[in-house]
Amino acid sequence: MSGVETVSPTRAADDVRDEAETLDAGPRGTLLARVLRTVLVRATPIVAAIGGLVGIWYLVTYTVLSERRRFLLPPPHEVVGNTLTNSVVMDPMYAALGQSVQVALVGLLIAVVIGMSWAVLMSQARQLEVVLYPYAVILQTIPILALTPLIGIWLGYGFNARVVVCVIIALFPMIANTFFGLQSASADAHDLFTLNRASRLQRLLKLQFPAAVPSIFTGLRQAAGLSVIGAIVGDYFFQQGSPGIGGLLRLYVLRLSMDQLFMAVILTALFGVVVFSVFAALDRAVLGRWYGTGRH
Amino acid sequence: MTTTPAPPGTTTLALSGVTKRFPTGTTALTGVDLAVGPGEFVSVVGPSGCGKSTLLRLASGLEDATAGEVAVSAATTSYVFQDPTLLEWRTALRNVELVNELRGAPRAERRAAAQAALDLVGLTGFEMQHPRQLSGGMRMRVSIARALVAEPDLALFDEPFGALDEITRLRMQTELQRIFELKQFAGLFITHSVSEAVYLSTRVLVMSGRPGRVVEEIEVPWAYPRPPELRYEPEFAALTGRVSAALGEHS
Repeated sequence: MSGVETVSPTRAADDVRDEAETLDAGPRGTLLARVLRTVLVRATPIVAAIGGLVGIWYLVTYTVLSERRRFLLPPPHEVVGNTLTNSVVMDPMYAALGQSVQVALVGLLIAVVIGMSWAVLMSQARQLEVVLYPYAVILQTIPILALTPLIGIWLGYGFNARVVVCVIIALFPMIANTFFGLQSASADAHDLFTLNRASRLQRLLKLQFPAAVPSIFTGLRQAAGLSVIGAIVGDYFFQQGSPGIGGLLRLYVLRLSMDQLFMAVILTALFGVVVFSVFAALDRAVLGRWYGTGRH
Repeated sequence: MTTTPAPPGTTTLALSGVTKRFPTGTTALTGVDLAVGPGEFVSVVGPSGCGKSTLLRLASGLEDATAGEVAVSAATTSYVFQDPTLLEWRTALRNVELVNELRGAPRAERRAAAQAALDLVGLTGFEMQHPRQLSGGMRMRVSIARALVAEPDLALFDEPFGALDEITRLRMQTELQRIFELKQFAGLFITHSVSEAVYLSTRVLVMSGRPGRVVEEIEVPWAYPRPPELRYEPEFAALTGRVSAALGEHS
């Protein structure tokens, strides 16, 4: 059902969650409660993984690097200590992150709307599919880094150009997954609709589209992750207007301010993890409800 | 090839000289004649790949015959697939509602009809369950309820119990027989189980291997309701023996 799925630690997490559900409200809490609970349970292995990364970081800093070269990877507590409490450093970073979040969300929204419409069009006629699908493939195969400078030249170096980078990078999984989902209804189910003389619109709205919901959420999760990358790539190249977190990354590299560079990297990583987790949780919560089961 | 309404009264479904060839060159059926009237339950048995399912697809209008005539005089035809073919995101009730929903019936009306159909197949209390929460037998009951909700004159069954376990299967046969006795539609039932065919039907048609044609027609004399123990009576064994012999001869 889903493309990317973490395997072993989530099994145990699932069991814990199921237990929790049998104990309290049962499988039908409010959607929000389900999302929150899923986020919480899902977050545990991620937090553990972050802990592991910090451990490796310390190990490299103190055992691999000689003291003279330690500036290449200052230990975590120095990075955090030198940045997190200093509002002169952090305020522009938070503002930039906010800017990037905006770009990513607007880009994702546009990619979702265009991607789903594109897929619906392709699903309606074989000829449309033949005409439209190659564009999706081209979009997917052109490396975004090759295209980005062009976008800058055409659209300027501000917000819009960054959003366009986001849309281009997030569009394909939306198209591909929605299209796959729209075609996932069985031949028998289509026969059932044919026998009952369903109109094209009825078939789309009552069969193809509902059947596509799980795939659409898989696409949404992938597109969300990619739109974060798109926002940061866009920031990195396009420096006009208020800078995004990618813009600051570039600045810190030029200045060789390692503490700030690492803090910015940490923030972008957290940004990505949060977006991925939220959409993964949304995915699970919606599908559980969709099939009337607590899990899927 | 035409699908024309037959004169009312006599037959609900009539196939005469029907041949079906697929574009791939395979001939699925050749020279098939059969007729089913109201209150008749006709089973078709045959070796796998003899075109039994094709027969149903022709009768339902999902496919056109290459030669011959398919005449249907039913106002409503329903079709029960081999797989329950339920929409997984809909509850049992909403699955049964679908048929009348596609026909544009008002909500209250179609909901009441769906409820009645679920009651008829013994699923009272399971209206709000989704297919994944139901057992295989219950899913098939929902599927049958969906077929009955439109009050069909002609009901087509494509090996609906083939995937069920033996116990569920026998129970479903009894249920279907009860429903048929009540509704008196014209039934055409595909199966590969000789015992199922004899137990359910007023008439059993035996088909040959590909290309399929009807090679033998055997009347089943017993009145409904038939008790489940009938299956262990000598005359039941004699009849299933005749059907099996016919099958053996022609496959």
